[in-house]
Amino acid sequence: MRGIGESFRVLLGGAPRKQKRDEFSKEAQEMHAFKGQPEQRKERIAKIREEMEEPKLSFTHTSFKWRKWRWASILLINLMFVVSFYYDVQLVEGALTASRFFGFHMADLNSALQITLAHKQIVVNLVIGTVTVGILWWLVGGRTFCSWACPYHLISEIAEMMHLWLASKTWIKDHPLDRRMRAVLYVVFAGLAFVTGYTVFESISPVGIVSRALIYGGGVALTWVGVLLFIEVFLIRRFWCRYVCPIGMTYGFLGTVSPVIVEYTLPDCLHEGECRKVCLVPHVLEMTKKNRAEDTTLSIGADCTRCGMCIEACPTGALNFKLRGTGGLL
Amino acid sequence: MAKRLTPKQQKQRRTIVFSAIMGAGVVASGMMAYLPLHLRWEKLLRPPGALAEKDLLSSCIKCGQCVQVCPVEAIKLSDGEAGFGIGVPHIDARKQACDFSCDATQCVLACPTGALSHKIDKKEQVNMGLARLSRPDACLARQGQGFKGQARGPDYQGLHRYIKVDRWNPIKIADHPYDLELCDLCVRECPIKDAISMEPLTKDQAKDDPRRTPVVHDKCVGCGTCEMMCPVEKTAIVIDLNREGPKV
Repeated sequence: MRGIGESFRVLLGGAPRKQKRDEFSKEAQEMHAFKGQPEQRKERIAKIREEMEEPKLSFTHTSFKWRKWRWASILLINLMFVVSFYYDVQLVEGALTASRFFGFHMADLNSALQITLAHKQIVVNLVIGTVTVGILWWLVGGRTFCSWACPYHLISEIAEMMHLWLASKTWIKDHPLDRRMRAVLYVVFAGLAFVTGYTVFESISPVGIVSRALIYGGGVALTWVGVLLFIEVFLIRRFWCRYVCPIGMTYGFLGTVSPVIVEYTLPDCLHEGECRKVCLVPHVLEMTKKNRAEDTTLSIGADCTRCGMCIEACPTGALNFKLRGTGGLL
Repeated sequence: MAKRLTPKQQKQRRTIVFSAIMGAGVVASGMMAYLPLHLRWEKLLRPPGALAEKDLLSSCIKCGQCVQVCPVEAIKLSDGEAGFGIGVPHIDARKQACDFSCDATQCVLACPTGALSHKIDKKEQVNMGLARLSRPDACLARQGQGFKGQARGPDYQGLHRYIKVDRWNPIKIADHPYDLELCDLCVRECPIKDAISMEPLTKDQAKDDPRRTPVVHDKCVGCGTCEMMCPVEKTAIVIDLNREGPKV
């Protein structure tokens, strides 16, 4: 199936491939031809003009219908850890790297991988923990972890707002990096863990650092998080989440075959590109460009964090959460 | 002659170079965490059951579940200055020692990775280090002196479980003042049987000479309770770290 292979390739940093017109589905070909008619084009442009007249909540968003749930989810998950320790209720003991949920082992996939490579032993508890966590996040979308649980993601989102605001004033500009860097770093950190016998990545993982800081109190390690945020505000939009984080990549692997997806419907799309402007990983939205969709409905690739920002940004409802294979709306 | 690059190719090349620099920066930052180990090697007392130092750092998943179960909150996670040891548990015995208030090795049971070895389930099997009388001249017992009052002063926050006061809950050491003819706090509060005892200074010491010296035996597990209790500042007894992991 082209979908999964392509989605995996893009996850590893490959540029989305343009497909030949004659490989498109018949419906898609017809739809593109229909959209190309002069009167249809005129109508589309008129609609976009109309849209632009409408007031926006922010300079990118027309609604925040998913964000409030998503932020609540991040806060709730992290608060559960904090409260469990602070009030000594045994709800979720530990930190995001590993924990016990009502006594049941949970382990972050990447943290477990790093210590397995460093220590070179298979630990049964970790196997239980990673399988549990793996299944849970696979069910809801893989990188869903990033945008619905990761505390650094939330801080980084605020840094991104500052970045976008500064960029809108043209005081700064984004310096995008080569996305293949993340795949290279993934291998480098795995290799370093194996060769040095230390969990090198954990010492700079803002996810672990922020999670532990929330639960056990912060310290000098937070300055590293400060450095990352500085880079994200002034230099590189979403530097860590887009180009570095191996945790995101690990969950991305699950996302290739996850049942929860964001689905694109070509007929509803006006191709104004609002979705790509807000997206953390805009390369997964390549098909929303004109004449690019090879089918009338397409699922967004593995790197998608299921944050729902594109859904919020799309003025015409061409993007929606879906359960793969059921056609049922979420 | 080399082919001239188009502006787009130039831009791509710049992006790749910039990415390589930033990527190298991230890896270098990660490797910098080796420096604290290389330069001074944090001398930290590790919790019961801790594997040999290098294995501890590699197998610990940095989650702090050991911190959460400890009833006296003796275990703390190291911060960024510990480098690769970030998020790894340690104990500052002088501040709050592990006195086995949990009736032994809850932290070991909590550890999901066996960084605190699951081979241990009794306090007598623990091997964190060995107590040593580091400042014999400061030791009150060696001077034949008693001790009256709060072992570590009124403001000391440390906890200790006094079985005679409360079998289940540790209380503040400041809430448990002493009146001792001869100071024997290190021996009196030691949670391990026959780990430390008060002996005469010499074999032929006069019977009416009250002076005694604490002698550490090989049953000592290095929990640090003696270091916590020692009423002189700075402490006369310390723990020499064991970095080889548990004996069993």
